[in-house]
Amino acid sequence: MAHRVGMEVSIAISHAVQMCRAEAIAAYPITPQTHIVEHLSSMVANGELDAEFVNVESEHSAISTCIGMSATGARTYTATSSQGLALMNEILYIVSALRLPIVMTVANRALSGPLSIWNDHSDIMGARDIGWIQIFVENGQEAFDHSVMAFKIAENHQVLMPTIINLDGFILSHVVEAMEFPDQELVDKFLPSYHPRFQLDPDNPVTMGAFAMPEVYTEVKMGHQMALTGAYEHILKVWKEWGDLTGRRYQPVEKYRTEGAKILLLTMGCLSEVAEVAVDEMREAGLEVGLLKLRMWRPFPFADLRNAVGSAKLLIVCDRALSLGGAAPPVLAEVRSAFYAMRGRPQTASFVIGLGGRDVTPGDFKNIVAQAQEEAQHKPTQEYHIFGVRG
Amino acid sequence: MDKFGYAQSQKFDTYASRLMPREEYFTSGHRSCQGCGEALAVRWVCKAIGKDAIIAHATGCMEIVSSGWPQTAWMHPWLHVAFENASAVASGIESALKVLQRKGKLKGPMPKVVAMGGDGGTTDIGLQSLSGALERGHNFTYFCWDNEAYMNTGIQRSSSTPYGAMTTTSPPGKMSIGQHTQKKNMTAIAVAHGIPYVATASPSYLFDLFFKVRKAIETPGPAYVHVLSVCPTGWRSATDLSVRLGRLAVETGVFPLFEVVNGKYRLTVEVPKLRPVNDYLKPQGRFRHLREKERDFIQKHTMAQYQLLLDKCGASYPEFPVITEPEEEKE
Ligand SMILES: Cc1ncc(C[n+]2csc(CCOP(=O)(O)OP(=O)(O)O)c2C)c(N)n1
Ligand code: SF4
Ligand SMILES: [Mg+2]
Repeated sequence: MAHRVGMEVSIAISHAVQMCRAEAIAAYPITPQTHIVEHLSSMVANGELDAEFVNVESEHSAISTCIGMSATGARTYTATSSQGLALMNEILYIVSALRLPIVMTVANRALSGPLSIWNDHSDIMGARDIGWIQIFVENGQEAFDHSVMAFKIAENHQVLMPTIINLDGFILSHVVEAMEFPDQELVDKFLPSYHPRFQLDPDNPVTMGAFAMPEVYTEVKMGHQMALTGAYEHILKVWKEWGDLTGRRYQPVEKYRTEGAKILLLTMGCLSEVAEVAVDEMREAGLEVGLLKLRMWRPFPFADLRNAVGSAKLLIVCDRALSLGGAAPPVLAEVRSAFYAMRGRPQTASFVIGLGGRDVTPGDFKNIVAQAQEEAQHKPTQEYHIFGVRG
Repeated sequence: MDKFGYAQSQKFDTYASRLMPREEYFTSGHRSCQGCGEALAVRWVCKAIGKDAIIAHATGCMEIVSSGWPQTAWMHPWLHVAFENASAVASGIESALKVLQRKGKLKGPMPKVVAMGGDGGTTDIGLQSLSGALERGHNFTYFCWDNEAYMNTGIQRSSSTPYGAMTTTSPPGKMSIGQHTQKKNMTAIAVAHGIPYVATASPSYLFDLFFKVRKAIETPGPAYVHVLSVCPTGWRSATDLSVRLGRLAVETGVFPLFEVVNGKYRLTVEVPKLRPVNDYLKPQGRFRHLREKERDFIQKHTMAQYQLLLDKCGASYPEFPVITEPEEEKE
């Protein structure tokens, strides 16, 4: 029987990893990821999780060690944040090119400088093109569920793609929430023990990480692209299987009160819950506003997004990161290109919110909608707004 | 249990080339330059390692000459990830093998875990990950192919480039004699980690190299082997002189062959009378620009370093005492 627990979300994630029977973990501490790996190491120390936990000397080595673990055939997990993810950057591209099904939690945090330990999405947006599956979660239950599902997706022999679960640092990672935990038997049945397709084995030696000349590099990258976009249907299958078992169903783009909406907000991560409150209040006041929550970031769910927007006239994209000196913040850039070639596309408005831990309230979302509506009447003067910036 | 255990060496009593393994694990057909001492070292180290091993290799000459898809020169299971992280990758391999064996998922004997990298990938950019892996006590052996510069990218200096050498980023000129720093003492750094086995080796002394490799990989815990690898391309030396230059490096005291077992130094190849360093410098174009006074300085420095090493070898106590860890309590 599944049971309900009240628990800090970081700790819930470590329980998910434990229930998945992760075999090998390498990690380096960074706020706000620390609670996850601390709990995992105590589980290993207490014999509650039969795994090797390697306390490496940097994140660069954490992800490199994970490569060795996964290539040898162990179910491998790590977690990081911000500077840690940035330090891994060089290796992240290699993980996906090697098609190693490592699962990583990223407790999203701002990037220095100035140093900030608080939440935004600039860390993961800097690792946008690493070729991994990337999922965003909104609350503790989703964080738990997607951590479990990530292993099953990543390890599918048709997929074999490393997977990142993004959760907002502090404002999700450090809050206590009520969640439902499945039984171990259910997880074991859902996620059988890991058997790799290829592994480092002296009886069957393979060379991994060969270099590519110009004659083949493009084809290899094309293969990577096809594998990543092809992962889409397997992700949905796994989500459906989990939904059938637990009753909790997930979509690449989640819709909230979008029926007949003329205006749609688009958010990612746990600020979506704040936006929901704002949408409720605006609906009450008679505004036809709805909310789209982008859950699947890689592969990018173009068709789902187009369908979800329906006949809305104005799409307000809320970014949590900047592309300094660039044409648009990262999420807007992708969303706008998803619609560019479409007839009758919605008008887009762009707001960068909640940088470096700046609070975003339901009132802020209402102001954003009001400002976007106002500007939609005229010619927009700015590509995007950094919302609430002072001075 | 003592933390790392003692090096279990099996001495070969008969020194005969026909006793050496015929199996090739680093096969011909790779693209190294003619007379490459590094490729020779890799070939013999792999023979000594034997079949049951997994190799993590750093970016560098030996990776590039051997692994252009769809070909490979490696008969071992082999993984290249990047330039600075071979030790971290090996740490992961070793940890995974442990847990898989515990869980009964590993068929056959426990493979040996090996990491390999050039001097750049070891003494410079990979030093941190190597230090981490040595400190954590993984059961693996690290081989440094020391050709004394970044050869793969075109002979740039590394911290392992010796004083006076010309490289493309330490060129001699009006204001410079070439490399003006002394070679980093990488074996001392490895020893300072308190690991059970450290050695220098050279493919010009095949038996010495062979035994050391066997010893290193049989030693439980981390082992470090620093292999001088003559590079005719980077050293501007004749391609038929590579083995000779490796011997001159030892005969002049520039690259003494020794091992450090549990902190205790021992010369493995004794040189009764050192030859003048100039015998070693002269055949190499990278030292061509040096004047008498720099050559003298190198001679003096070499002698001083050699004496320090002899002192360490003569020391009656090891660098670190091995103290046995308390037994883990079993419930
Ligand atoms: C992070 C990073 N920086 C730089 C390089 C470029 N690079 C590739 S191999 C190499 C030099 C290798 O030198 P060494 O480790 O001494 O090996 P060798 O080629 O001499 O055998 C360099 C600088 C790289 N691949 N990755
Ligand atoms: S450059 Fe030197 S080390 Fe590299 S392959 Fe050629 S001879 Fe060997
Ligand atoms: Mg080199």
